[in-house]
Amino acid sequence: MLVEEFLEESARRIPDKIALITESERFTYREIEMQANCLAHALIAAGVARGDRVVIVLPNSLQAVVAIFAALKADAVFVVLHATTKGGKLAYVLNNCRATAIIVDGAKLDADHAWLTETPYLRSVFLVNGAHRQFGTVGKSGKHAYSLEDVWNEFSCTAPPPRRCIDIDLAALIYTSGSTGRPKGVMMTHLNIVSAATSITTYLENSADDIVLNVLPLSFDYGLYQLLMMFKVGGTLVLLNSFAFPHLVLQKIANEGVTGFPIVPTISATLLQMNLARYSFPALRYITNTAAALPVDHIRKLRALFPHVRIYSMYGLTECKRVSYLPADQIDVRPGSVGRGMPNEEVYIVDPEGNRVVPGAVGELVIRGSNVMKGYWELPEETDRCLRPGPLPGERVLYSGDLFYADPEGYLYFVGRRDDIIKTRGEKVSPREVEDAIYSLETVAEAAVIGIPDPILGSAIKALVVPKQGSFITAQDVLRHCSTKLEDFMVPKIIEFRPSLPRTDSGKVNKRALAEACKNPE
Amino acid sequence: MQTVAIGTEIREFVVTNFLFGKGDDLSDDESLLDNGVIDSTGVLELVSYLQERFDIHIEDDEIIPANLDSIHNLVDYVGRKTSNLR
Repeated sequence: MLVEEFLEESARRIPDKIALITESERFTYREIEMQANCLAHALIAAGVARGDRVVIVLPNSLQAVVAIFAALKADAVFVVLHATTKGGKLAYVLNNCRATAIIVDGAKLDADHAWLTETPYLRSVFLVNGAHRQFGTVGKSGKHAYSLEDVWNEFSCTAPPPRRCIDIDLAALIYTSGSTGRPKGVMMTHLNIVSAATSITTYLENSADDIVLNVLPLSFDYGLYQLLMMFKVGGTLVLLNSFAFPHLVLQKIANEGVTGFPIVPTISATLLQMNLARYSFPALRYITNTAAALPVDHIRKLRALFPHVRIYSMYGLTECKRVSYLPADQIDVRPGSVGRGMPNEEVYIVDPEGNRVVPGAVGELVIRGSNVMKGYWELPEETDRCLRPGPLPGERVLYSGDLFYADPEGYLYFVGRRDDIIKTRGEKVSPREVEDAIYSLETVAEAAVIGIPDPILGSAIKALVVPKQGSFITAQDVLRHCSTKLEDFMVPKIIEFRPSLPRTDSGKVNKRALAEACKNPE
Repeated sequence: MQTVAIGTEIREFVVTNFLFGKGDDLSDDESLLDNGVIDSTGVLELVSYLQERFDIHIEDDEIIPANLDSIHNLVDYVGRKTSNLR
């Protein structure tokens, strides 16, 4: 099965059912299928070939949904980036995956299009919302610009283009922060995605009756799969852009009869500050949490507020989408656990020599299943480091890099990460990427970025900065600079200036000492 | 407090905290959220600032774009809240 068949099958079976609800509009499966067919034909006419990468930089919207399925229908590989991705990083990703087409908001292009001249592989720019005409062939870049409005008039929408992909072809590259500072493209085949979506919809018992409300960005696999899974089961996705106005989201949950609400701990922390007793969600069947552990205190309070709602505590890695889930009937029994492997997946804990450990012993979690990625895009060494030989000859399994132990019944408990990736409001942030942005300021001699505990964000990003001698620099300067280089969630919350940074014996910045010092200020 | 003074203070807070001092392009009517000036955690920061600075209590159902999503809306909203207090 191919991922685009999630949409095609539902459009065939239940064409008039509402598939997607946005802030103010509703769309049936037929409408989305037709628009995706149309854009797929347009992509092919623009030269997109089987296996080409198509980058999508749009907020959560109908157009983003259509773009994802259109890329798949054109036999291409979709790459969704956060809507606030800045030009420098956009150029990096476009060049890293040698994307031949991009689908982007016209206003975003108006504000910043220097990257167009730095991306030699990119040939076509598809624009959502006007502003295209002034570019024609997009200025001097030699790239062709297309307006989505024109696409609807020019191309057939009744049938998709002929299909050539098979299920071991790539469907998506999902860029994720790595400890090297440069984001890595996680290669997911159709088979990987279909397997993960099947496992998750199985344990969540999703059906066509489900209405899931998603506020998480589609660039984040947790958000993306809400779309894919609802289309797979023929349910309805309520797609909003953010959780900025919680009251409006909660009203939407009540008014649309939402049955499933995926959250990250930042959302539960916000919810629990509100007076939730005034809302009623009789249709709500489940809440899922992943991205960072849901504090046990949140679980207890959510259980008390919504006793009829199942709460699923889960753990995932972009490299295999989801690792484990705690069955809802275990949430009161072992609230600190992230559960066990999914249906059709095996997970186990090994010691440094690769031997399986006994219950209670800490080791590295290993994942085995058809949901495990193909590797990192054009990074063979990093791929070999985490995809290592498994039990069968020639097989490779995923070494998570995360430390866990299991209880005697086999339920998993997270102990810690092996790298220094920061999890802030559910998003992974590479300290190195933030440090690189700060280092590009001429007035900075040294910078170190760490995560410090925060009741809402999980971890807040803190930058410790050593100015160059004789230079004058303010926290505002650093933050303003970061905001032009980094996605919004990566911009530090706190800047502290220091005359020097502590070092380890090997001369590296001692981040553990910094984190300890920030935890226990004198 | 005068509307003009409220407006100056709120604009200064937004520009300092979310635009890091560079607010020349920010018009009074543009959506702070749609234009990426603030995000969901920015809304929380804005709410706690307004509550402390203007000594008002903001109800959950008042945290909506009509009250908070532009300088203009913020000034109107704070003006209404503070005049209710008098």
